[in-house]
Amino acid sequence: MKKFAAWAILLLGVTYFVLPLIGMTEFSLSMRRGEYSFDAYAKVLADPQFRQTFGYSVIMSLMTIAVGVLLVVPTAFWVQLRLPQIRPLIEFITLLPLVIPAIVTVFGYIRLYNTSSWLPLTGSLWGTNFLLLMGYSTLSLPYMYRAVDTGLRAIDVRTLTEAAQSLGAGWVLILARVIMPNVLVAVLSGAFVTFAIVMGEFTMAALLNRPAFGPYLQLMGANKAYEPFALAVIAFAITWACMGLFQLVTRFSKHTKAAG
Amino acid sequence: MRRFRPSLTWLGLLPFAAFVILFLFAPTMKIVFGAFQRADGSFTFENIAGLFTPSILSSYWISIKISVASSALGCLVGFLMAAAVILGGLPKGIRSPLLTFSGVASNFAGVPLAFAFLATLGPLGLVTVFLKTQFGINLRAMGFNILSFWGLTITYLFFQIPLMILIITPAIDGLKREWREAAQVLGATGAQYWRMVALPILFPSILGTFALLFANAFGAVATAIALTGSSLNIVPIMLFAQIRGDVLGNPHLGYAMALGMIVVTATANVIYIWLRLRAERWLK
Repeated sequence: MKKFAAWAILLLGVTYFVLPLIGMTEFSLSMRRGEYSFDAYAKVLADPQFRQTFGYSVIMSLMTIAVGVLLVVPTAFWVQLRLPQIRPLIEFITLLPLVIPAIVTVFGYIRLYNTSSWLPLTGSLWGTNFLLLMGYSTLSLPYMYRAVDTGLRAIDVRTLTEAAQSLGAGWVLILARVIMPNVLVAVLSGAFVTFAIVMGEFTMAALLNRPAFGPYLQLMGANKAYEPFALAVIAFAITWACMGLFQLVTRFSKHTKAAG
Repeated sequence: MRRFRPSLTWLGLLPFAAFVILFLFAPTMKIVFGAFQRADGSFTFENIAGLFTPSILSSYWISIKISVASSALGCLVGFLMAAAVILGGLPKGIRSPLLTFSGVASNFAGVPLAFAFLATLGPLGLVTVFLKTQFGINLRAMGFNILSFWGLTITYLFFQIPLMILIITPAIDGLKREWREAAQVLGATGAQYWRMVALPILFPSILGTFALLFANAFGAVATAIALTGSSLNIVPIMLFAQIRGDVLGNPHLGYAMALGMIVVTATANVIYIWLRLRAERWLK
């Protein structure tokens, strides 16, 4: 009886999750009347705007990951080594982007850095891109920081640092050659989540008027019949790949820890 | 030399502090202060008072209703699914794929999610058409519309349920076998065990997750916009339109709306953190 109920619940749940995925895949394949085809995908892939926005978002994702690594790894390392007493505070700050909705943050950007302000970032293309990059970095901060912090806790930061120092290494060398390789797996897992978030992000890019993948998706949804569903399938595949790799990396890191 | 060491130590936090102040604190503060200012910069409560007009109040009300409905259902279904897989005697192999899928689905929000549900429950969607042709059930005639309260709630569940599963699984794992055995020895039935032992222990976790899911749904912008365009007046959509084109006719009213959003999500998160601390006492 209990087992039956458990199966029933699971099957109902799975049905709820699978139907939309089937629905969107089915729609994406039905561009040609009466038979399944990849026409919608061909149309999408041939669209120059798709390539531009997709490329833009890929580049932005990679840059967000770079900013995240450069910002989070040294900070988490320094906190662990020298300022362990303020770790709860830093942790709290890194969780704030989950509390403050993205739409509010970007609203603040637009008002704070507009053309008549002290730092007119939205006045230039370069500045707006930079602002969006910073916005994405705040979004990825909770995930990046937690991943790196967990990675750092698993190694003996103090001993490694002192060993490196006694061999004459400076801070940059310690971070790049000693700490980074040790938390690489953690950084990777943060990077995959960041990639998935940035690729699908809509609000910030739309309000800052940058040609990213998210706003493009929304635009297609409002104007085209079948292409949006092909795009949705592609977006789901990206999310799936990123999160799959994230799980793989996380599991891999557990194995190495057990072995060491 | 020694006198300089503390300042040098704090210097290591400079890049992080600069980033957080410039791109997290300052923009948020700008909104908070802006909500209490007139266009000329003088102090006022007019903007806050301006929130209490029927159209804005109703948008908050719809937003809160959708958030409550989707988090309550998300908690319930997520809990049942997690409990079914962990305690229901299902094959062990199901657990890991379920958690992996939950990780993916909880991140599959935004515009693509809206498309997936349009393709399923929209006017020409898979399920809509299937029910109509096979069973003669016309969802539209029954009053269901994907661009509505329930449509949005069902869509939000796609990321709410997985989040619940991800957070509640460790809590259910933390239920000790001894507690159940002790209850049984004292003559408790299964229902009594759940009502008097397991659920009270899990309660802070469940309620805390509810608060988290609430904030999650309240701040969801992209899904709502892609699904409904501007046909449903919920807070994020209204704020989006306000930022784009000042539809309220008063820029500082936008600040007040944004402040309202911060207050709601912050309250939900404070509740979450507080309950989580309570829950952790048991689950060690």
